[in-house]
Amino acid sequence: MSVVRHGFLGALAPGHRDRLLTFAREACFPAETRVFEEAGAADRFWLIRSGLVALDIHVPGRRAAVVETLGEGDLLGWSWMFEPYRWHLGARCHAAVTAYEFDAEPVRLACAEDPAFGLAVTRCVAEVIARRLKATRTRLLDLYGFPGGGTP
Amino acid sequence: MTGCERDSADAVIDKDGMDALITILAARGRTVVGPTVRDGAIILAEISGGAELPYGWGVELEAGRYRLVARDDGAAFAHSAGPQSWKTFLHPPRVREWSADRDADGTIVVTADDTPVPAYAFLGVRPCDLRAIAVQDRVLTGGRYGDSAYRRRRDGAFLVAVECTEPGATCFCVSMETGPAVGPGYDLALTEVLDGDGHRFLVRAGSGEGAAVLAELPSRAADSATRSAARDRVAEAADRMGRTMPLVDLRTLMRETLDAERWNDVTSRCLTCGNCTMVCPTCFCTTVEDVTDLTGDHAERWRHWESCFDRDFTHVPTGPVRDSPRSRYRQWATHKLGTWYDQFGSSGCVGCGRCIVWCPVGIDITEEAHALNRERGRSTAQEAG
Amino acid sequence: MTVPVPYRVVAHRVDTPDTATIVLEPADAALPPFAPGQFAMVYAFGVGDIPLSVCDIDGPRLAHTVRTVGAVSGALHDVRIGRTVGVRGPFGTGWELSEAEGRDLVVVAGGIGLAPLRPLVLAALATPERYRRLNVLIGGRTPDDLLYCGEPWQAAAGVRVTVDRAGPAWTGEVGLVTTLIDRADFEPPRTAAFICGPEPMIRATAADLVHRGVDPDRIRVSLERTMHCGTGHCGHCQLGPLLLCRDGPVVGWTRAEPLLMVREL
Repeated sequence: MSVVRHGFLGALAPGHRDRLLTFAREACFPAETRVFEEAGAADRFWLIRSGLVALDIHVPGRRAAVVETLGEGDLLGWSWMFEPYRWHLGARCHAAVTAYEFDAEPVRLACAEDPAFGLAVTRCVAEVIARRLKATRTRLLDLYGFPGGGTP
Repeated sequence: MTGCERDSADAVIDKDGMDALITILAARGRTVVGPTVRDGAIILAEISGGAELPYGWGVELEAGRYRLVARDDGAAFAHSAGPQSWKTFLHPPRVREWSADRDADGTIVVTADDTPVPAYAFLGVRPCDLRAIAVQDRVLTGGRYGDSAYRRRRDGAFLVAVECTEPGATCFCVSMETGPAVGPGYDLALTEVLDGDGHRFLVRAGSGEGAAVLAELPSRAADSATRSAARDRVAEAADRMGRTMPLVDLRTLMRETLDAERWNDVTSRCLTCGNCTMVCPTCFCTTVEDVTDLTGDHAERWRHWESCFDRDFTHVPTGPVRDSPRSRYRQWATHKLGTWYDQFGSSGCVGCGRCIVWCPVGIDITEEAHALNRERGRSTAQEAG
Repeated sequence: MTVPVPYRVVAHRVDTPDTATIVLEPADAALPPFAPGQFAMVYAFGVGDIPLSVCDIDGPRLAHTVRTVGAVSGALHDVRIGRTVGVRGPFGTGWELSEAEGRDLVVVAGGIGLAPLRPLVLAALATPERYRRLNVLIGGRTPDDLLYCGEPWQAAAGVRVTVDRAGPAWTGEVGLVTTLIDRADFEPPRTAAFICGPEPMIRATAADLVHRGVDPDRIRVSLERTMHCGTGHCGHCQLGPLLLCRDGPVVGWTRAEPLLMVREL
């Protein structure tokens, strides 16, 4: 299964991966479902198995601006790992999504009780955040834009 | 032709023979260019007789300094590199590459420039400069696409080399293995000899046309005394080089010191004026300029020398790639001494010393290379320690 | 030195607000054939010439996608059908697709970097039996800036597209093109990759592919520097030991990476 081969789960050692998956249940979202909202309680997270999820920010007077999309193999949600456990973006399914769904609380507890497992999970989440930060910074350069900035 | 045959074909001419050489070359339809004194320097210009050669003139060279000095011995070729090199003639500062005409329906016809070029004879090509011509041959005609503007001038050129007997204080041809003895590629090679037996030139032919010209010259058979005097003077010159390069593989040195502190030091002095690139006999970079006449239907493509020290040299839509002076000096030096090997199979430096002499602030490429070598040595030692 | 050969503009298509594709046919004699990845110097009468990669090769016909960034590109972008331009070439190295036979192909394009990759994808699609899976990953600035939308090869190649910024109408992916690598279908040790785009995008993409296990020797990238002559004589396009008009624009990643890491080389 490619969702295990690479992506978030692929970065975990098999033992930790199996342990994490004991917390998983299968979830399906029809297209257009809003999975969570900005500032809502970050009490769950998902590993996307298929479909496309758009992360957006509410801007008054305009439709929610999509800042990034996530797909197969991606971790959906990391605000559950850090206080105050509030989503900093909203998430909406572009297309029907299947995912592994996890409750945050028991995973956080397991991480606290077993530092080796906790470190492994935290490292994986940190790696996801680092990659997204790197990609976002690269996008900030507006590399494909008109040289010198702005549109011609 | 083997060296042995060439030796057997050597001869001795005197100053009258030198006059005759110029006359014969001119009679063969050639534009003879040689050293002559003008505006306080020994420049390269068209000459019509031996009297225009710089008999009795030498030069004093130092970093950022060039002075003509009178010589008592009356030698014609006891001077070293001047402000120009032969690239001025073979790879001129400005050439028209093509013309294009557009007719009423918008069709364009492009015509390569076929302005006749002179058949040059270069008199007084120093061994370092002979190598520089070979280096430019490789750059401009050695690849998949030849530069026809260069090739047309080069194919017709007759080269009279003169071995070096009086190196300047900025010369380092021995380090670059280009002199002071003449290498291959000449039509005629001369060695100037002045001693109790008189002022004369040992002449050898290096090509069929060279041999034909030599046969026309009023000359006498070479004697062993002249031969050995010529050999000795060149050998002595090798021991009197004003500068040296560090005795290391310069290509590797350049590759391994791209992040050296020394580049900051030299850049604090460098004005990025590009003089070094203009006087360098191998620097070949050019830019192009497109012009149209007032009708707008006749366009021309001109090419002129450009320097890698120009900020716009590496302009891409977002700006210059080599923006800092540091990166531009480093590009010039590492290209000349290092990456030229990767691109064209040899060093781009022939040890003529012009870049040292004509640098307004006296930056010395040999001093920079020694400093880079010392810095590399220090950092290697630190790593080992 | 080479002299421009007259080519007539036989088609002109506006791709995006600042980009157009022109199709050229030799007015008389044609230049030698171009290979995907190679470039031409295209001359706008009296204005000058610029390097343009070929985005289509159809017999003696050439197509170039031009983005307006200066006087020459502006003139070529606005050129009318029936007018004549001058073309020199073919110059530089090509993608050398044949060396990728039997491998999964990963083609990653950023912005106008798709232009030189287009003929590579077409060539791969024309001989599918020679390759394993084909992945074409495209990153654009906005949906309006995407090139060649709706061309049949995009569906045939199953391209994946992502944009940096999306408007409300966009239902596709948003994010850096590297994120598409995670979802592409390839076996890293048996993969050949081809990348063209802005240099930071090339570096990020190649690094990700290497991290995934693709052999750096199997990654080829197309680089850009100033080019005036195309023939290796003007000296402008140097990148350390490389003359990019001659030794590039397509360069192996193993060769390119250490050079791109040196600032202002």
